[in-house]
Formats: sequence, structure tokens, C-alpha cells
Amino acid sequence: MINQNQKLNPKIFDKDVEKIATRTGFGEGLVLAGEKNDDVVALCADLTESVQMHLFRDKFPERFFEMGVAEQNMAAVASGMAAMGKIPFVGSYAIFNPGRNWEQIRTTICWKNRPVIIVGSHAGVSASADGGSHQALEDIALMRVLPRMIVVSPCDAVEAKKAAMSAEELNQPCYLRLARNPTPIITTDDTPFEIGKAKIFYGSENEKSDVGIIATGPLLHKALLAAEILKKEKISATVLNMTTIKPLDEKAVIALAKNTGAIVTVEEHQIAGGLGSVVAECFAQNLPTPVEFVGVRDQFGQSGTPEELLKHYGLDETGIIAAVKKVLARKIKL
Amino acid sequence: MKNKMQQPDDKKIKFLTEKARDIRVSIIEMLVAAGSGHSAGSLGMADIFAALYFHILKHDPKTLTWPGRDRVILSNGHICPALYAAMAHAGYFPPSELLTLRKFGSRLQGHPHREFLPPLETSSGPLGEGLSQAVGMALADRLDRGKDSGRFFYCLLGDGELDEGQNWEAAMLAGKEKLGNLIAIVDRNNIQIDGLTEDVMPLHNLAHKFENFGWHVEEIDGHNFSAIVEAVSRAQAVFDGPSVIIARTIPGKGVSYMERDFKWHGAPPGTAMPGEPEAKEQAKIALHDLRTLDGQIERE
Repeated sequence: MINQNQKLNPKIFDKDVEKIATRTGFGEGLVLAGEKNDDVVALCADLTESVQMHLFRDKFPERFFEMGVAEQNMAAVASGMAAMGKIPFVGSYAIFNPGRNWEQIRTTICWKNRPVIIVGSHAGVSASADGGSHQALEDIALMRVLPRMIVVSPCDAVEAKKAAMSAEELNQPCYLRLARNPTPIITTDDTPFEIGKAKIFYGSENEKSDVGIIATGPLLHKALLAAEILKKEKISATVLNMTTIKPLDEKAVIALAKNTGAIVTVEEHQIAGGLGSVVAECFAQNLPTPVEFVGVRDQFGQSGTPEELLKHYGLDETGIIAAVKKVLARKIKL
Repeated sequence: MKNKMQQPDDKKIKFLTEKARDIRVSIIEMLVAAGSGHSAGSLGMADIFAALYFHILKHDPKTLTWPGRDRVILSNGHICPALYAAMAHAGYFPPSELLTLRKFGSRLQGHPHREFLPPLETSSGPLGEGLSQAVGMALADRLDRGKDSGRFFYCLLGDGELDEGQNWEAAMLAGKEKLGNLIAIVDRNNIQIDGLTEDVMPLHNLAHKFENFGWHVEEIDGHNFSAIVEAVSRAQAVFDGPSVIIARTIPGKGVSYMERDFKWHGAPPGTAMPGEPEAKEQAKIALHDLRTLDGQIERE
């Protein structure tokens, strides 16, 4: 059942659960960060409303910079501003930022250790109707391989708001991964949040269960739904919300493996290089544990509604349940 | 508070000439000690570096954190031997350290990195990224200090690196934002690794290109100190837009067998090449050329 300690949205499993896009929560959080710290500036590459930076632009017009469709320049300009003491948030679609400007992020931001926050919206197949060209499924891999980069993938709009505010305080490069479409509100203002800490949202830290599900981003809601369905089938699942992909909360991941002995990872991203890889690397070194991966399998996206696409790529609760059963079969054989 | 920069008199020009020679001699010594590195562009830009560090810049080598200092952003990081030599001779660190260039544990990395050498304003190497960073710094400066900040941001670029499209993204933004505190200096030496710039990728009329992006343009002989200082003075006076100084330089300047030869873009003295002096003689010839100012002075 839902972990009461996390003070989650009581309507989490209701049909009429409120849905807000993570990018919207980010936009509100950016304004709060800007109110708190005068050094916060925002740069956007001709997608200001798409990335929800218009809220910041309207409130702090002198601290907002329209870059035009030029993501490579944007990243390096932000590095220069950070060199002068600013805390720049740079926004575009994830496919271009960090997709198009990866080397600028590597060299002018990470190599120089400039506190720039890369904001990639419309990540995952849920960017939906735009089609495969615009659905970033590689961005986690691109960012987590960079030294010094922190990678944050909020599960809902409330967490995205908190992530924006926390990113301002990091004094380190950070990637914020956001989604285009409204998704269920899972957390509340009272849910504890800290970059670098994973939290159990379903089940308990101290109890054993049949399987552990580690999910990142809005797909966490699908993982929670899967856990509810599995409960009816007498399979107990513990669900870990992995908001921060790098640095990985290894302690939480290893504890979950000890309590369950079988893990499923869930992400709207290529399995290669994404959360699944991160978790597998951790287990290979610390505690070999059977893992099944829910994610995109070396494919590109396509047009469709978010629900159609999540089903097609096996990223919905049905796909998660199938992966759980597969990993349980492997666990029994051990 | 704007700069009140004097035109250099004859005495100062003689002093700058000597400083440029010191920088060039150091460049040769560093490259020989390192066994690799970029000769042509480093030698070609020695006069610009001498003019900057010994006349133009508001800086204090003893107070690295002075906020009012001008900033030098080297975009084509591969010519860092010239930057390191100028900084050492200006007092940022002992010239003896120059011989550690490119060695393990050295503060003088093969391409400049400010975490190793804090007096650097930026780290660079991958081409086409410096102008954007300079634009970002100039924008932040204007945000903090308004249009009369008195600090200037000097971005040094190679002409070959202008092949990178990002420069033109940055040029558009600088023009749009009318960054009067930004002065770019392009080393127009007409060479890049694979050959002459106009063969590899023609830049055609660079001055027109920048003008069309909203820049004030100066074109000068990059080895003439009066011309360098005059152009920077005029650029400083342009308050409603960015300026670029297209400095025509001779790659390998000062070393007879290197001048105007693109083969020396990325090679140090001591590199066996057809048609060039014996490898083991190259350093000696280069230092002789420099110390006698290419035969103008009889004895070293």
C-alpha cells in the first residue's frame, strides 16, 4: 500500500486524479527560484511557453534572454553568464537541449564546472503527436555520462516545482528532465524532497516483499497502478521513486534489492544508458540481483497519443506487470 | 568609467616589441620542451598578446579576483602557448613554469583549463565556443553594472574556427543585444590545419559578414602596435554594439621557415618535414631568428 510517511496525494488512484504536466510545475518553481535569488536568469531557444519559461519572463523581463533557435550558443552563453556569478536555467525540448548541444554542455558547462541548469522538456514518447523526431529517449544517457552533471527526472508537477527550486542551490551543473503532457499528481507540497534521495512511495523501507519496482519520471504513476493490481494477485511490490538518476541513491537501491530479491526498472527512455543501466551497474558491483527493464528497446518513437504510445512500447502498467512476472520467475529459479 | 587608453609613443612601442619578442622566444622554448603543440598561430598572435597584456588591459596580475578587471576569453585554445607566455611575462606566474607545458601534473594544460591555472578567465579548446561564452559574460556584466560598466570582454578567435556555425549564432545574439562591452579579435592568418582558409572553407568578406550581424568592424595589420591600440580604442568608443577587430597576421611570424606555411599550424619546432630545416636545427634557427629579429640585429 501507499507509504503514508511520504504524505502523497490521497487521490492518487482515483479516476479523476488531477493531472498537470511536469513542465508546468517547473515553470512555477523557476519563478520561485527567481524570487529567492536575484542571480537566477533564464535563457530559452524560441520555445518559451513550451518550456513554461514565460512565467519567469513576465515576472523578470530583464533577467530573461531570448536566444532564438540556437541551442549550442545558448549553452555556451549560459556558461559565460555563470562565470560572472549568474545561475542560468536554459530551456528547450530535450531532443535539442541536451541533444543538439551536448558537446557545449560537456565542454563549457561540465568541464568548467559552471552551475547551469539544463531544462529539457517534451522528453519521452509522451511528447506524442510530434512524432519520433521530437521524442527524446536518449537524454538521460547523454547527461549521466558527463562528470559533475546531476540528473533529475521529476515524477509529477509538484516534484518538478521543488526540483527547480533545489537546482538553484546546487552550485553544480544539473539536468532537469520534463514532460509535455499532463500526468497524475502523485506528491503534495508536504512530501519530503531532496535531490539525490530516492523514496519508497509504495510499501515500506523495513518490510520484505516479492518485487521492487524502481521508476523515474511520470511513469512512476504506472508503477504505482501496477503495484495495486499485483496486490490483488497476491504479489507484493515495493515501489521506489528514483527522481535523481545521478548521483544514484545506492543505499536505497541496495536496501530494496535486499528486501525483495528481484527488481524491475521503469523509464520512458532507452534502456541502454538510462535508469535500467544505472541500476544494473549498481547491482553488478554491490549485490547481483535479477533485473527486468521496462523502457524503450533500441527504437525510435512515432506519432500517437501518450496512452497509445506507452502501450505500444510496453511502458504502461501491463508492460510493468509482465516484467514483474518475468523477474519473479527468474528469482524462483535462483 | 571608461578606459582612458593612451596611444603608445615610440618608447612604448619599443617596449612592446621587446615584450612580443620575449613571448615568441618563450613560445619556441615551451614547444620544444613539450615536443608537441601549435606553433604558427601562437607566434602570429604574439604582438596582439603583448599589446593586450602590456598596454590595453585593465588588470592586476597580483589581484586575480579584482572585479573591475577586463576579461580575456581565448576561444582558439590551441594557441595557449602565446597566452601562457604573455601571462607569465606579465607576472601572473613565474616564466620558469612555462617549460612544464603539456606535461603531466602541469598547470599549463595542452588546452587551457582554469581549474589547473586559476588566473585564466576561461577554459577552451574545442573550437567555436569562445564567442558565445564572451557574449554570456558581457550580458551578465551589463545586467549587473549597466551600460557603463567600464569592463571590456576581449574574445580572441582564429579565422579557421569561424567555420563553426556556433560563432554566427553568437554573433547574431551580440548584435541583437548591442553589446558595446564586447570586443572580438579575429586572428586572420588565412591558415587552418588542412590548408589555406580560402581553400578549406572560404570565409570571403569577413568584415561584411560581421557588419551584417550588427557589428562595428576594424581591419588592421596585427603586427603593428599603433594600429592594434588605435583599433581597440575605436572599438571601446562604440557603445551601442559589439566590435570585431580583424587582425591580419602572418602565421609563424618571426621564424623564417614557419612564416605563412600552414604545415606549422599544429607542429612544434623539431618536427621533420620535407623542405624544412633539419629537425634538430629548427629550434636553434627559430631562436636565432627571433633574437636577431630576423636579421635586423646582428648579434643575439
